[in-house]
Amino acid sequence: MSEHIVSVKIYVGIFVALLCLTALTTGVAYIDLGAFNTVAALAIAVVKMLLVVLFFMHVKYSGGLTKVFILAGVLFFAILVTLTLADELTRHWSPTPTGWGTLAPLLSRFF
Amino acid sequence: MAIHNAHAQGFAHQFEDMEQQREAGSLGMWVFLLTEMMFFGGLFATYIVYRALYLPSFEIGSHLLEVRFGALNTAVLIGSSLTMALAIHSAQIGKRGAQVGFLITTMILGAAFLFIKFTFEWHHDYIEHLVPGFGFVIRPEWGAPGAHVPMFFCFYFFMTGLHALHMIIGIGILTVLTILAHRGRFTPQYHSPLEVSGLYWHFVDIVWIFLFPLLYLIGGRYAGSGH
Repeated sequence: MSEHIVSVKIYVGIFVALLCLTALTTGVAYIDLGAFNTVAALAIAVVKMLLVVLFFMHVKYSGGLTKVFILAGVLFFAILVTLTLADELTRHWSPTPTGWGTLAPLLSRFF
Repeated sequence: MAIHNAHAQGFAHQFEDMEQQREAGSLGMWVFLLTEMMFFGGLFATYIVYRALYLPSFEIGSHLLEVRFGALNTAVLIGSSLTMALAIHSAQIGKRGAQVGFLITTMILGAAFLFIKFTFEWHHDYIEHLVPGFGFVIRPEWGAPGAHVPMFFCFYFFMTGLHALHMIIGIGILTVLTILAHRGRFTPQYHSPLEVSGLYWHFVDIVWIFLFPLLYLIGGRYAGSGH
């Protein structure tokens, strides 16, 4: 069997790291970082997701085919969000654009 | 046929060997999980758009949720992911008793998550009139953004509800796996049902890893953020 057996030590290490990141993301929410509160929350969530996917779900030790499939899924999710936002954000533009300044109120709604 | 009969328990004849069978099984499960990702993805994308449209309302709504329960549930779910991974590890090294023990622990942690969610959170929200469609009361102190607070709670209940449904299905799958593991159906050579169910369980964990900051934390919880 060429199946890779991940050691218990690694599993427990990932578990502890995930708990620390949960504490971190909760703690950071209580500090005023302005727009970066959202960025930090999502960045920590992405790191946690990667830890689970790579180690608990064994993707680090999986073949290239599995990895390409997962990346394709992520790509389609990115397309879903990007195109939805592209429509939603541009729909509310002023009918008489006055330069890049018009983007400010749109962006401010996000952060 | 003589060659195939020589193969281990659980081997399906259309595969070249156990290795190919295992990889095909995992890949198939991943394809299913990607459809699940798009399924949840629709809700996430809609949440992003509506949050952009009604940010002040979403902040008011988010601040009505109890962070401690969300964080506690995150820890519980991460713990269940660990025990699920350890159950598979036990199968890989051929320990049947540990397999059953870890599977039961995973189920208990999953049930604990649902218990916290339903009793301390949903029930509390119902008492506080925060369930849209079941006597939602818009409080005057919310001001103008109050009109769209029910929108936030619609997302909250649909997203956590869909997640909870996945947890319930997962606990059902784990029940079957526990019985099979007890009967000694999983060996170091053959444990694909455990492996693919583990992928499902971890996927549900990942959904919560994103739901927790999006619903409980986003917009910040510091004094002066939102209301």
